[in-house]
Amino acid sequence: MADSIDIAAGKTTQLVPGRQWAYWQVAGWIALIIALVALPATASGYVLFMATLVAINVIATVGLNITVGYAGLLSIGHSAFIGVGAYASALMAIHLGTPLLLNVMVGSAAAFLVGLVFGAPSLRIKGVFLAIATLAAQYSLYFVFQQWTPVTGGDRGLSVPQVDILGMGDKGFYLLVVAVAVVLCIASRNLFRTRIGRAFIAVRERDYAAQVLGIDVVRTKLLAFGLGAAYAGVAGGLMGAFLRIVNPDQFTLLASVFFLAAVVVGGQASLLGSLLGATFMTLMPEMLRATMEVLGPPLGATDVAGFLSPLREVIFGAMIVGFLYFEPRGLAGLVERVRALATRS
Amino acid sequence: MLQFLEYSMIGVASGGIYVLAALGFVIIYKSTNVFNFAIGEMMMIGAYLFYAATGQLHLGWPIGILAALGGSMALAAGIERGLLQPLIGQPTIVLVMVTFGVGSILRGLAGMIWGPDIIQMPDFLPRKPIFIGDVLIPGKLAWGFIAVGTLSLAFILYYRLSRTGIAIRATSADQMTAESVGINVRRVSSLSWAITGLLTGAAGIVVGSLNGLTPTLGLVALNVLAVVMLAGMTSVGGVVVAGLFIGWFETLIGAYLGGAWQSFMPYLVVLVMMTVKPNGLFGEQRVERI
Repeated sequence: MADSIDIAAGKTTQLVPGRQWAYWQVAGWIALIIALVALPATASGYVLFMATLVAINVIATVGLNITVGYAGLLSIGHSAFIGVGAYASALMAIHLGTPLLLNVMVGSAAAFLVGLVFGAPSLRIKGVFLAIATLAAQYSLYFVFQQWTPVTGGDRGLSVPQVDILGMGDKGFYLLVVAVAVVLCIASRNLFRTRIGRAFIAVRERDYAAQVLGIDVVRTKLLAFGLGAAYAGVAGGLMGAFLRIVNPDQFTLLASVFFLAAVVVGGQASLLGSLLGATFMTLMPEMLRATMEVLGPPLGATDVAGFLSPLREVIFGAMIVGFLYFEPRGLAGLVERVRALATRS
Repeated sequence: MLQFLEYSMIGVASGGIYVLAALGFVIIYKSTNVFNFAIGEMMMIGAYLFYAATGQLHLGWPIGILAALGGSMALAAGIERGLLQPLIGQPTIVLVMVTFGVGSILRGLAGMIWGPDIIQMPDFLPRKPIFIGDVLIPGKLAWGFIAVGTLSLAFILYYRLSRTGIAIRATSADQMTAESVGINVRRVSSLSWAITGLLTGAAGIVVGSLNGLTPTLGLVALNVLAVVMLAGMTSVGGVVVAGLFIGWFETLIGAYLGGAWQSFMPYLVVLVMMTVKPNGLFGEQRVERI
């Protein structure tokens, strides 16, 4: 795991030949932010929709990466925590009519607390046992979403009132989501330069050894769990307000596996990895659909839609297996390789 | 009361399927420490292979069963050889995610080959219901339970008594020592995957002939995971008890409280279990080293 610590320690420990690369890196981030802010001016409604979705998924993936990538706690219930945030935030909007940012914060706090409750088993169990506890969280919360009809609206869900930010409609919402995503990304990046964040990594590497170093393992694990859930809550609150509907089917086991896949494909314990992974996994089905629409008819495939969803599953699985097999550091690892090539010459 | 007995019998009978699949899970976990999330998809592939042999190639059901079980054994051994052996020594999360990935690939492939619609399996289990006193048990379920029970029993005997079974148990107790007394640990690992292929394939055929065949047939395996957790991951005897219990409990819940409770209850039991006794009912305390 030595190399993953290196990634986790991040860009502060650049080697001297990489100095120039560091400048490029900063320039790259600035260019990305400018591009993101400038996007609404030129983009169509569809592009804007996908961009907003990507930004929301980035928030959720960054959160899951804190739990799974940095703290090494396998969570298979991430989408349930997203659901907690979405429902809490939607209920605030419907019954109290409070502003979006407040709702999202409350959603995040709710998800944090629920995350702590289901993280509690991690005090005594670890590894795959914990994974099952999170699976139990997934099922229990889904059950609550579906069955507590007076509050959650059952299968039909809740419809969320429209939010208009600065009178800019979809563009305003997009900018808000991007701003939140940027703030949360920077927060998670800085977290791993603090004592708490370093403790996550120490616990992941060897929890007994971390304990010897004076880290409170139990508190650290719980916090890592809760923080991941809190990020999920933010993503959920934004997602509800964005899609304007919250129903149980958005928060299934498959959605949880989707975010796990985003973490693995992007790169564990890497901010860049979360960004790349979430972007890639969100856009992959769209790219696949576009490709099939072009390639399908000439190849004689008439039932493109029926063929597409199993094909997506195959590619989805193949991506996970392929990355674990060939590049366990994910897309971020590929970027690292490019960096190594660039700085060597 | 009569109804309660009837539901109980049906529940225990469907619990038998959980037992079979859970045995497959436990043997892989014991001998290779891999938490296999693809177990449901392995069941599903077994069922589809049976359908392909009997329904599509018209080979008759005895040959169909042999072909399906052989196919799923080969598939399982292939997964182990091709994907998991090269990853030995990687962190748990990597191994878990690989089985997730494999599951997704298998589900997708089944969807691409056989389509998303529900397929009725060729009948080979007698339909005629069986009466015990006044209690009626659907024929397919009863015969399925008998098949599954026989296979489970055969496996447990094999595991307890045969030379290979002892080698598997030795490996799960201590890999180093097992290797030093001349057990081929790699072979044991491949073998246990192949056995799992056999058990899950058989479980899949029974599930498929009871409920019909879809690419999402593997979802029943999520209850198998609950069974395994309840039993404590490593106990063969515990799995039998826990499997029958979960099957019984789940059916009763489904019958009296409705279907929505059914998928959730096993996990509630597990969650309570985990806070009370994290190693499960019959689990062994594993020693962790720094």
